Amino acid sequence: MPSSTRVSSTARENWRVFARNRFSVVGAALLVGLLMATLAGTVFTPFDPDKIGVGPGLAAPGSAHLLGTDELGRDVFSRVLHGLRVSLFVGFATAALASVVGIVVGSIAGFAGRVADDALMRVTEVFLVVPRFFLAILLMAFFGANLINLVLTIALLSWPEIARLVRAEFLSLRARQFVDAARVAGAGPAELAFGEILPNALGPVIVAGTLLVGQAMLLEAGLSYLGLGDPGQVSLGLMLNQAQSIMRSAWWATAGPGLGIFIAVIGINLVGDGLNDLFNPRARER
Amino acid sequence: MPHFEYALQRLLQAVPLVLIIIGINFVLIHAAPGDPLDVLLGPSEASPQLIAQMRAEFGLDQPVWVQLWNYYGKVLTLDFGSSFRYREPVIDLIASRLPATLLLMGAALVFGTLIAVTLGILAALRPYSTLDNATTIVALAGYSMPVFWLGQILLLVFALHLDWFPAQGMVSLRAPAEGMGRVLDIAYHLVLPAIAYGIYHVALLFRLTRVKMQDVLSQDYIITARAKGVPEMRVVLRHALRNALLPLVTVVGLNFGFMLAGSVLTETVFAWPGTGRLLYEAILSRDYPLLMGLFTCLATMVVAVNVLTDILYALIDPRVVYR
Repeated sequence: MPSSTRVSSTARENWRVFARNRFSVVGAALLVGLLMATLAGTVFTPFDPDKIGVGPGLAAPGSAHLLGTDELGRDVFSRVLHGLRVSLFVGFATAALASVVGIVVGSIAGFAGRVADDALMRVTEVFLVVPRFFLAILLMAFFGANLINLVLTIALLSWPEIARLVRAEFLSLRARQFVDAARVAGAGPAELAFGEILPNALGPVIVAGTLLVGQAMLLEAGLSYLGLGDPGQVSLGLMLNQAQSIMRSAWWATAGPGLGIFIAVIGINLVGDGLNDLFNPRARER
Repeated sequence: MPHFEYALQRLLQAVPLVLIIIGINFVLIHAAPGDPLDVLLGPSEASPQLIAQMRAEFGLDQPVWVQLWNYYGKVLTLDFGSSFRYREPVIDLIASRLPATLLLMGAALVFGTLIAVTLGILAALRPYSTLDNATTIVALAGYSMPVFWLGQILLLVFALHLDWFPAQGMVSLRAPAEGMGRVLDIAYHLVLPAIAYGIYHVALLFRLTRVKMQDVLSQDYIITARAKGVPEMRVVLRHALRNALLPLVTVVGLNFGFMLAGSVLTETVFAWPGTGRLLYEAILSRDYPLLMGLFTCLATMVVAVNVLTDILYALIDPRVVYR
């Protein structure tokens, strides 16, 4: 059988498992739609998101302004698209960074064991107990609120979760026969850890990493609502903060940005659940 | 006395964590861009005498380890310095704001748990019924929503448009009431923030109760109880629920930190005069002593609650093995 058909049949089987839960499909659709709208928004938005007075102030949603305008006459829809781009960037960049660090540290701890393992476990315990949100507030207040610090801070607070997960997978996998077989065949430690064990440990990491994207987006929204976001970027959290003073006359300025985050995060979480069905064999049997 | 020994052991394990939390502040003061004095004195123009006094007090001209030692000495006697903004000792400010936060948290916790457990039992008894599906969807939404946005939507609909509840604060400023009237007034102000704050809690506990109840209800001793003719109500509430509730204790305890974080956002939305709102004010005015004091106190509370949760769990679950 040519290899391309085999790949596509595996993909089809995976999609079948993923799509068994109808919510996952809805989530995937929401996420893809939102990503496309956001990508389109980088090239073209109906109005310049930062420009004041592109419409009358506090105009209600209508054909000219899909989500109305704020008190300065800025187009809320254009601003939500730009804000979502920042929000999704923070979400995915953070999850990627935290996953890479978590995988490296977790693999070393799980494979090398002993001192490395003990040290890692002590560090992750501290991160698990010290409330993340407060530490993030402190770090952002001290080191300055900007996009890079936002990603670094949230990633710093998120990697231990991934590291613990990878470590646990390593501990259960390293005693399996296929690892012994590779060792007998002459594989070195690095090849055993990254060539044999890691690929089999990735499933749960992908699920956790996906959920991390949503968590990071919520954390970013919370921080920027408190005034700790990047002031140079359109931020959904800050928009929601500012919308509160015009809430009585412009409900859409509150509804729009929040709905944007909500749809993005629920889409990601639903996709995460679907991936869990795919990678967690116990859930697969249902 | 295995219980006592276990409790003591858990308490001792928490000590290094608290020391690390305090240490984080110290590291931040020194690692942040600028002179540590900027952080300690704030944006105001300080007199040369005050600068000299602060330098001596914090021992800024001495080696770092002496400074660290001094810092621990100060914080462990609850001396966090004075707030730039309020010109008051940080610890007094925190103490005066803490009751409001505990009230909000307590209300959300008690009502949230009651609602979540009731819905969880009903959903577990009739899996995939309309009620089960609807609650599952609402719980999923509760997970995926910024807590402050939910607060804003409630504020928008129920305070501003329908005018059913007050929008801001903890008491009516126009007609301050006394005695019972004051209690009712506070309860009236509490409704919206407590709902906004409690939804995540409900979402979390609902899912857990549902899973645990389903688990427990399929066990042999439940089948035995039913076979003996024990009334269904009694099977569910006495035989099953008691065992299903055990893990809830741990989850509520371990989520305390997350809840405290949610209080910052909820209190900011509703201008609720607790520690969360205080933290927001500290951020806005870059009031570093207040920020660090709040971080230390709140993080230490989280550690304490975690320890208490473990001890409590050991007390109520006879199966816990002491190691």
